[in-house]
Amino acid sequence: MNALEIKDLTKVYKNGFEALKGIDLQVKKGDFFALLGPNGAGKSTVIGIICSLINKTAGKVSIEGHDLNLSPQDAKKNLGVVPQEFNFNVFEPVEEILVNQAGYYGVPREEAFKRAETHLKQIDLWDKRREMAKDLSGGMKRRLMIARALMHNPQILILDEPTAGVDIEIRRSMWLFLRKLNEQGITIILTTHYLEEAEELCKNIAIIDQGLIIKNCEMSELLSELDSECLVLNLKTAIKTPPSLGDYSVRLKDTTTLEVEVKKGEGVNTLFKLLSENKIDVLSMRNKSNRLEQLFLRLVDRKHLENQKPLEITLGV
Amino acid sequence: MSLKTIHLKENLTAYKTILIKEILRFSRIWLQTIIPPAITMGLYFIIFGQLIGSQLNDIDGYSYMDYIVPGLIIMSIITSSYSNVVSSFYGTKFHHHIEELLVSPIANITIIAGYVSGGVARGLIVGVIVTLVSLFFTQLSINSYGITFLVAVMTAILFSLAGLINAIFANSFDDITIIPTFVLTPLTYLGGVFYSINMLPEFWQSVSLVNPVLYMVNAFRMGMLGVSDASLPIAISIILGFILLLTSVCLWLLHYGIGVKK
Repeated sequence: MNALEIKDLTKVYKNGFEALKGIDLQVKKGDFFALLGPNGAGKSTVIGIICSLINKTAGKVSIEGHDLNLSPQDAKKNLGVVPQEFNFNVFEPVEEILVNQAGYYGVPREEAFKRAETHLKQIDLWDKRREMAKDLSGGMKRRLMIARALMHNPQILILDEPTAGVDIEIRRSMWLFLRKLNEQGITIILTTHYLEEAEELCKNIAIIDQGLIIKNCEMSELLSELDSECLVLNLKTAIKTPPSLGDYSVRLKDTTTLEVEVKKGEGVNTLFKLLSENKIDVLSMRNKSNRLEQLFLRLVDRKHLENQKPLEITLGV
Repeated sequence: MSLKTIHLKENLTAYKTILIKEILRFSRIWLQTIIPPAITMGLYFIIFGQLIGSQLNDIDGYSYMDYIVPGLIIMSIITSSYSNVVSSFYGTKFHHHIEELLVSPIANITIIAGYVSGGVARGLIVGVIVTLVSLFFTQLSINSYGITFLVAVMTAILFSLAGLINAIFANSFDDITIIPTFVLTPLTYLGGVFYSINMLPEFWQSVSLVNPVLYMVNAFRMGMLGVSDASLPIAISIILGFILLLTSVCLWLLHYGIGVKK
């Protein structure tokens, strides 16, 4: 049994916009799954339907084997959600937000207070438990939303852009926390704009674009499709024209920055030999973008190019 | 333990959670929610009951002050229970924390029961305070505690449900003031709070009988004073009928996610 199963899911909004065009998706139990897609691709609609915030037009959603339509209560209690926007009552004290959330899932109040203490201590917000949520910083609010989603011990945790707007230190600590949760057996479904985050954390991935799943595979399988990487070299001395470096494709960004395309399996030893021959000293080197980002852009761009229609301009009289 | 029993227990806990949350919410802002009706009704007692009422004849054997006390108490219950649910539920929509409820496994009837009970709690607390204020102006004698309490609770339930429907449809804070201003207040004022419909010409007496608030005011007055312009069984049946109707409407709206889901 999969943790999440989506079959032929369709959503047409009132204005006629077809956000989902019949998608199928399976997420295995214990998976750390990434759902990626450009803005407006349909990922928020998918998440919204799974979380019962958006009505589907057609299709089927099963959570831990329970059909969301036929047995919503059994399906929903397995799900914890961390939305993109803060959606708790900011005029309530931190502890009360957690206790209320547990109550909505039928957790008795006494037990809810115990769980709130455990989770608030885990996310370093125990000292803030009596404060109104409006007085927390952005990073604290994000952590509070994660704690809230865990109050009823869900089997699946959906995180919609959980690290948006938090600093690197908090992001890294959240990664550690999420990894620990996944190790405990919680299935995690993540949407994020930080592709580095998906690459770092997720085992499987689906890419959605224009209401269709255009890729659904293991992260390692997707990354192995990458046939080249772009390296950015910072040069010690300025040069005016791009040097000739054999089969390597070279672009001069500015007088001290060189971009070199390195094909899969080609290695960088030859590149450095050629650079030495051209008397070019390299101060430092980095990847232009992370690997997943390159693949993502390629997949999404290809899809857009396939569907591109000629621009029609109508002049009104 | 069957699956249904587990759901019942979970929903009972969820109901208690919403009720406690609602009571804490209006208690935190008691200066906005509890005190204003007491002041407004106190002014009504002074101006209408004492200053103007002392110049008027008795109605149904009661002084004008005594006659309007039940009407003013039930009016405060109506306004408080309605405004509690409409503002609280619309607030949850506006700030998106309604998502906490939609994501969770709470049954729709539990959500309705929780919010309505919150409205009833505030309505009854305000009703008791207004009753205490009235003791400064008159000596109360209750004809039937049972009828008085029953009508107060049923009226609070009815207007809490009405407030919930208003909140579900509301798209702005303006929308939650339109119904109270243009529908609720005229119906209440014309519902026999300040007069007996026997004082009206025959035509307007018939028109008044269409106003559902009239039955609540008079049923409550029957409970407190033992006099009424409407028959008690008919009044109770009408209130009950409206409660069932509005509950069904709320259930239907939440089932299809109208006003709360995309």
